[in-house]
Parts: sequence; C-alpha cells; structure tokens
Amino acid sequence: MGSLQLLPPSASAHAADMDWLFAALLGVSAFILLLVFGLMILFCIRYRKGSKVERGNRLGRTWRVEVAWTGLTFAAFLVLYFWGANLYVRIHSPPGDATDIYVVGKQWMWKIEHPGGQREIDTLHVPVGRPVRLVLTSQDVIHDFAIPAFRIRQDAVPGRYETLWFTPTEVGEYRLFCAEFCGTWHARMGGTVVVMEPSDFQRWLDSQDPGPSLAQEGEALFRSYGCSGCHGGSSTVHAPRLEGLFGRPVPLEGGRTVIADDRYIRDSILMPKAEIAAGYPPVMPSFAGQIGEDDLLKLVAYIKSLADKTADSVERPAP
Amino acid sequence: MTTATVTGKPEEPVVATKNYLTEGGVTLRSWLLTRDHKRIAILYTLSITLFFFVGGAAATLIRLNLVTPSGIFTPDIYNRLFTLHGVIMVWFFLIPSIPNTMGNFLIPLMIGAKDLAFPRLNLLSWYLYVGAGFLALFAIVIGGVDTGWTFYTPFSSLYSNGYVVLALAAVLAVGFSSILTGLNFIVTTHRMRAPGMTWYRLPVFVWSNYATSVIMVLATPVLAITLILVAAERLLKVGIFDPALGGDPLLFQHLFWFYSHPAVYIMILPGFGVISEIVPCFARKPLFGYKFVVWSSIAISVIGFFVWAHHMFVAGISLYAGLVFSLLSYVIAVPSAIKVFNWTATLHKGWISFDAPMLYALGFIGLFTIGGLTGLFVANLAFDVHVTDTYFVVAHFHYIMVGGMVSAYFGGLHYWWPKVTGRLYPEWWARIAALLIFFGFNLTFFPQFILGYLGMERRYYSYPPEFQAWNILSSAGASVLAVGYALPFFYLGWSLFRGKRAGANPWAATGLEWQTPSPPPTHNFDRTPTVSRPPYQYRPEPEPQDV
Amino acid sequence: MSDTAPIPRPEPQYATAGQQAEAATFGMWVFLATEVLFFGGLLLAYTWLRASHPDGVAEAGRHTKVVIGSVNTMVLLTSSLTMAWSVHAAEQGRQKALTRLLAATALLGLLFLGLKGYEYHGEWTEHLVPGLNFHQDGPHARTIELFYFLYFLLTGLHGIHVTIGIVLIALLTVRARRGAFSARCYTPVEVTGLYWHFVDIVWIFLYPLIYLVGRSGP
Repeated sequence: MGSLQLLPPSASAHAADMDWLFAALLGVSAFILLLVFGLMILFCIRYRKGSKVERGNRLGRTWRVEVAWTGLTFAAFLVLYFWGANLYVRIHSPPGDATDIYVVGKQWMWKIEHPGGQREIDTLHVPVGRPVRLVLTSQDVIHDFAIPAFRIRQDAVPGRYETLWFTPTEVGEYRLFCAEFCGTWHARMGGTVVVMEPSDFQRWLDSQDPGPSLAQEGEALFRSYGCSGCHGGSSTVHAPRLEGLFGRPVPLEGGRTVIADDRYIRDSILMPKAEIAAGYPPVMPSFAGQIGEDDLLKLVAYIKSLADKTADSVERPAP
Repeated sequence: MTTATVTGKPEEPVVATKNYLTEGGVTLRSWLLTRDHKRIAILYTLSITLFFFVGGAAATLIRLNLVTPSGIFTPDIYNRLFTLHGVIMVWFFLIPSIPNTMGNFLIPLMIGAKDLAFPRLNLLSWYLYVGAGFLALFAIVIGGVDTGWTFYTPFSSLYSNGYVVLALAAVLAVGFSSILTGLNFIVTTHRMRAPGMTWYRLPVFVWSNYATSVIMVLATPVLAITLILVAAERLLKVGIFDPALGGDPLLFQHLFWFYSHPAVYIMILPGFGVISEIVPCFARKPLFGYKFVVWSSIAISVIGFFVWAHHMFVAGISLYAGLVFSLLSYVIAVPSAIKVFNWTATLHKGWISFDAPMLYALGFIGLFTIGGLTGLFVANLAFDVHVTDTYFVVAHFHYIMVGGMVSAYFGGLHYWWPKVTGRLYPEWWARIAALLIFFGFNLTFFPQFILGYLGMERRYYSYPPEFQAWNILSSAGASVLAVGYALPFFYLGWSLFRGKRAGANPWAATGLEWQTPSPPPTHNFDRTPTVSRPPYQYRPEPEPQDV
Repeated sequence: MSDTAPIPRPEPQYATAGQQAEAATFGMWVFLATEVLFFGGLLLAYTWLRASHPDGVAEAGRHTKVVIGSVNTMVLLTSSLTMAWSVHAAEQGRQKALTRLLAATALLGLLFLGLKGYEYHGEWTEHLVPGLNFHQDGPHARTIELFYFLYFLLTGLHGIHVTIGIVLIALLTVRARRGAFSARCYTPVEVTGLYWHFVDIVWIFLYPLIYLVGRSGP
C-alpha cells in the first residue's frame, strides 16, 4: 500500500534548493494562515452573539490598516518571487560542459539517445555528479519529461526542441513520468532514471550495442539526403560551409545575428527561408515533411560534431 | 430569527400568495416563455443542479478508480471521465452557478429595478445553456471525449478519437450563453439602478457580478474563436496548431489560456460577492473597507487578463515571458488577500451568529485562503516546474473552486432561500451539511497537495504503488463530501413543502431585496425604492426582537 | 413622419423610453466590444502566421484578388456613409430620406456579398480552398494553405456578420417605410448603425492584411 511519504527522494543539486524554497513558501503560508484562522476563531468566540465584551471604538479610518497589511504581504510575496525566479533562471542555464542526451517522446514511450549512439527506451542512465542536458522533442503530440526526484520537468513539443538540465547527486533509481496528457496510455508512459557511479556508467555505455554514434549516423544522412551536394567541399553552389558553425554567431540577411544552436540547425533544415545567412542566396529547399525527428536529431548531432573543424577548401568569396 | 424589516420592527410572516411563482401562470409554457428574471433564475438553478450531479458522478467514479494503483476502469474510460468532469464542472456548473442563479434573481432586486435590461436575451441565454447541455450530454452518451477540458493540440485536433467537435460545439454554445449574461448584467448595472442607488451604495454582490460580467464579455469570444479553429483543423485537416501541418501548438495554448485564466476569475468573483453579503449580516457589522473590497474585485478582473501564461511555464515559453507572467501572478494575489483580511476584520467587534450561511461563509474564507496561498506556490517559477501537471495543481484549484466557490454557492443558496421560496430551511440539517462538507473537503483534497509534491501526475488512471495511501485518504474524504453535497438536495427540497414560512426579512438584513415580500411579486417592488444610505448599515448589538 | 407620431411605450422594466434607448445603445457598445475580442483572436492567429512565415504569407497574398477586394472596400465604405446619413435623416425626422438611405445601405451590403461570392468562386476554381479543394505547388504551398485557411475564416465570419446586418437593415427599411421612426424615436436605427460601422471597421483591418500583403516593394 505504500507508506505515508511526505517528500520525494532528493537526488539532484537543484532538488535540495527546491526543498528550501518549498519550506519558505510553507513557512510564509503557515504564518498567514495561522494569522487569519487564529483571528477568525478568536473573533468568532470573543464576539459571538450574546458575549459581554466591549464593542465600542471600532476602527474608523481603515486606509492605513489596508495599506499596511497589503504592503507587508506583497513584500513577502516579492521575496518568494525573486527566489523562485532565480532558481528558474538557473534551471535554464546549463553549464557548458554538460553532456547532451537526446529524448524523443512518442505515444507512448520515451526514446533516449546518448551521444555515443547508445539507445534506450523509457530508461535514462546518467553518471552521478556530472551535468546532463536533455534535448527534448516529440514525434506526435505534446508530452512532458518529468523527474520528481530532480524537481524538474519540461514539455516535449512536436516541431521544436526544448532543453532541460540537471546534475544528479545521489546514486539510485528514480521515477520518470510523462506529465502532459497524451492519450490512452499517458499514465503508462513512464520509466526510470538510473544514476550510476561514473565507472559503472562507463561500463554500461561500453556494454551497449556499439552502433554508430548519432554524429556518425548523421554524417551518413547528410550524404543520403543530398546536403553535401551544396554544403560539401566540392559543391558549385554557394552554400555556407558547416564546419566551425555550431555554437557561433551567424549574421543574417536583414542585420540580425543568431547563434547557431540546435534550434537554428533544425529550423534551417525545415524552414530554410526563415533565417537566411547574410551574403547567401535563398535557394536552399525545405525538407519539412521529409525528415523525421529521429533523423533530424542525428543531422544536428553531426553538424555539432563539426564545430571544431575547419573547411577543407578555401571559402568562396561572397558575390 | 423572527422576521424584521430594516427598521427593526418585528412583524408576522406574511404569506405572500401573489408572487412571481403564482402570478403570470403556472403552466409549463408560462415558465418556458417567461421573461421574469426570477423565473429564469429558477430554470437555471434546476439545470445547473442537474449538471452538478452529472459532474459529481464523474468525480465519484474518478475517486473510486484511484483507490487502487491499477485502477478499475480502462484508461480510455477514465480519460473520458476526467474530461467529462472538467468540461461539465467548468462550463456547465461553475461559470453559470452564482451569476445565473443568484445574480439573475437578485441583481434587479438589489438595485431596485423591475428586471434586467434585456429579459428576452436572458431567456435566450438559458436556452443556449440548455441546448449546449444537450449537446454535451449527447457527446458523452455516444462515446465521450478524452482530451481533458483543456483540449490541447495537436492531440485534440489530430489524434484523439473522441467526439471532439461535438464537445467543442457544446462549449461554444454555452460560451455564448455566458457572453449574453455578462452583457445583460453590465447594461443593467449601469442603467437600471433606482434613484439614489449610486455606485458606492451598491452591495458588493452587484459589484462582483459586474466585474465577472466584464470578464465574461471580453474573454469568452477568444475562447469561441479558439474552439472554432480547433474544430476547423480537426474537420479539414488543415490548421495552425499542428507542426506537421506547419502550425504551432503553443499558439493554441496562448489563445486557450487567454480565456481560461480570466475564466477562473469568472468562477470565483461572484463567490466573493456572496461572502461579502453574508459576513456583514451575521456579524451585524458593516463590511470592513467597502471601497477596498470593491476595487479589489475590479483589479482582479483587469489583472486577470495578463497572467495567462503562468499555465505554460514548462510549455516552451521564453525565460523572459516566464519572469513577467510569474510576477504578475504574484501581483494578482494581492487583491484577494485584501478581501480575506477585510472579511476577517468585519468580524472584529461584531455580534456573530452561526447560522448555516455564516458557516459556509467562514468555511469559504478558510478554504479559499488555503487555495489562494497555494496559488503563490504554483505562481512561483521554480516551484511550478516541479508541480505543474501534478496533483498539487489539482488540489490548488479544487480548494478555490470547490472549497471556495461551491461553499459560496451553498452559502448563498441558504441565505437567499427564504427570499426565493418563501420558506425557511431546517437549520440543524443545514449546519450538519456545512460541517460535513468542510471536513470531507479537506480530507479529500489536502492529501493531494502531498501527492503532487511527491510527483503524482494528473490525468493518470493508474499510478505507482507508493502513492496509494494518500489516494485512499482522498477517496475516503470524497465519500464524506458526497454525503455533504447530497444532504441539501433533500432538506431544501423538503422545505419547499414543509418548511416554515419566511417573512420578508428573516435575517434582519440590509439590502433592497429584503424590502419586498418573500417570495417577491413579479414586478419586484410595489413602488420603486429610493436609496439614501450606504449598504451594510448593521449594528453589532441585539436585535430589538431578541431583547 | 411628424412630431405627433407616438413614442412607443417603454418595456415594463424601464421607467422611461429614454432609459430604454440608453440601455439599447449601451448594450450594442458592449456587444461590439465582444466582437472586437472575437475577431481579435483570429487576427492574433494571423499575426503569428505572418511573423513565423513571412515569405509564404507574402506569396499567398499575391494570390488574392486585389481588384475585387478594393472594390468591395469602396462598396462597404460607401454603405457606411449611407448608414450614417440615414441616422442623420432619422434625427431630423425625414422619413423618405431615411427609408431610401437604409435601402441603399442594404443594397450595397448585398453587392459586397455578391462580389465576395464571385471571389470565393474564383478561389475554388484556382484550388485555393484548404481542406476541400486545395492544390498549390512551390515551396510555400503549406503556408499558402494556412493563409487561405485564415482568409476563409476571417472573411467568412465577416460575411456572416454582413449578412446579419443586411437582414437587420432590410427590416429597418420596411419599418421606416411604415413610419415607425420619428425624430424622437429612432434608437433601432442608431443601434443598427453602430453595428454596421463596426462591420465596416473590421473590413478595414482585413483589407490590408489580406490583399495588400506581399504587394509592396520590388
């Protein structure tokens, strides 16, 4: 039947921070509640019909009292707001050395792919003490990747990438849930997050079917979809080279600059006319509807793997 | 209490034989074609009660299913049950509840008018409601919908195999009913007040319904267009909400919540109005800080339009959007806090009695405060990331909607029962029901806060075994709550035939509605009243007839 | 029509006819506020489409029939003129002018609908009707489909509002001809006028967003 637990396991650095925030919220609420309930009960007893206490000299001008209790409660609320906002910003600022793991939700399972190509379904193995960044998307409807023990969750939305990061602090196994209603088996779309000692984790990685890494698969797709036809070294088409692109700023037509991140790469494949690199003609065709989410992730992983490479041939001058 | 008019002179209960129930015909036709706001209010009360029990039946089955981790229903049935529960309770119970029953009956009386500005529009509102209700029941009976009351795309537009379009049509129709009611109330409040009834002499109940009506007329049209877009996408397989078709699912969420967040204020503001009438009466003291209470309602109505994306903190909105919407959500807590403080302060140095309406009102203040405080939890960005879509949120909104609004509804029902029916309800049964409801409610929903923080997700027909203990407690509470809700149905029904006759003013309350017989005549007042004093002119001392 | 024409008794809930007239006018303003939000929701969807797919929307805009759209704009604007003029005539108690101007407004409305129908027919033959008869080539086909999806919803809903307006104005014309209105009692004309002007204003927003997008510049 399970015991009457009050708190979930706390298995990430953020979880501990969250529990402090929870305690503060509880504390402020309990204080206000006790005040209100206490006064209500006190007044109901003291001033009940027929009681002989003094009722004269009632408060005339209420203005000062109103401002006082309004101001004080608002000040308390603002402190809580800033605390929570601060934590929220931190949840959304992954460290640069986080390992990227790709997660695709679909009715009704989670497909997880490690950068080395290891794949799992409904289970996520991670090493303790190392930051992990999840890149989430969905193949069909909106899902949500929720890990209560880490106190985080994020929607997996079809058509876009969302990210979530954490650093596990406790070895163990923790529940993973889907937290956005997605159809019949929504309640069964869960699994386990397995946090291991780094050595155990390495052993686990090595024991997985050593298929090609995501980036290697992406390289094969880069050729089979014809991307290398324009973006490869021997192309006669004036297309941007992708070596050294990922993570760097890209000046666009019209003056804006964007950073070439996962989203930019993905959108460039699906909606190439949305953000045209400055100096290049808008001739890239869209691959929307032709490349599934899995393959998109692999292409992104491949282009990411080129981040530290340089183009082999000389850059063609702009027209 | 024996009856008394505002001047304090006791009088024998006058059996008002010529009243709105007996005048104007007693045939079904006279009721179905009535233009009398009081009869329309009764029609609404009957239909709303029906839907309350339909929604309640779904809730009963849900709590039954959640007693065991593996559930007793198949997931498809369970998913249809919670969708039914949400759709019915939100649109067919909560939103029309106080406005269309008590608002319809009392607003003209409270302002000294003979009817609302547009009586035929009022009747049309009811027919739209009933028509929509038939559509909804039909959709349920032929197989139901499983999208949740929130209809998120692309699940609802492309993947669900429930009767989505029918459900959308039902909600569209009831939405128009809501818009027309709001329009009627706004024009009535502006244009039909009796001589001397200035804005600052209006009872807070009228102000609350006015603030509610502003939201109804401005927010509901956005819902209408959103539902049309989803229906069109589903029928034509073209649309702006599914990425596979080139659309954006977040666009749906923004459009949906732009209505649905203000909608929750539609659902609670009238409750604030009822409490603001009951507490001064049973504390025999003017409402503390009348102007603050009034303007806090308007503030909630306005600010409520600017917080919708706090439902989307993990949906994929930008960091900056999150920061802004969370801050505004904290701001909107302030006016609600003001009200709670003011009601409590009204009790100070009062002359307090504990009739059933007051018990419901006190219960409201307690349960709404808990619900409102937990609103601060979910408004908190980091905290919400952990608890959104869990039972924490479910508990939060049930504390406000059920602990708050339904308590206010029952409180108002009991308070104005003598006025509407000319009968007194049996006081002890009413108090027992009020206490059962308070106790049963807390037992049902408090464990859900704990479940939510532990990580139990919403809309789950089955759950991991470690959550069972709290679920059993919650379901046990639900059984007590069910008894508490069923009781009034019986004793109020009984009182219609056997209850003691009520006079014009059994509570010795202020307010124009008490200045006319119980039940009122069709034309409300024999002579249009003139108003010269502020509302809530109570004094915390024994009534003359008690001496 | 003369000053001796009786003012109809106010409905029982009103103390005076003046109160009823004010309530009616105020009610129409509140109703128009709801309509602003109604069309506003659709315009938000349009804004999203245009912001996220600017090139596709520009391409789609070039498929619209700008001549018909522009003529229709003139027609509707003129009908607003005749409507406003008719309210003025009512104020002055000129029954004949009132009747003629109301009739003219209704006819212009019918002309608008007729041209719209012709336009829809054209779109049907060009396979621009999403979900029912749509086929376009080119890289922007999907966006064009979404644009036309919103186009038919926007103009369709607008057209329904125009139709309702025409019916109301036609009824007013008949009543005006029978002398139902006088300089002291013409609220229905005024209230319908408000509605008609609103319908016109919605079109003024729709026109550039539908017909002029993608047509500026080289």
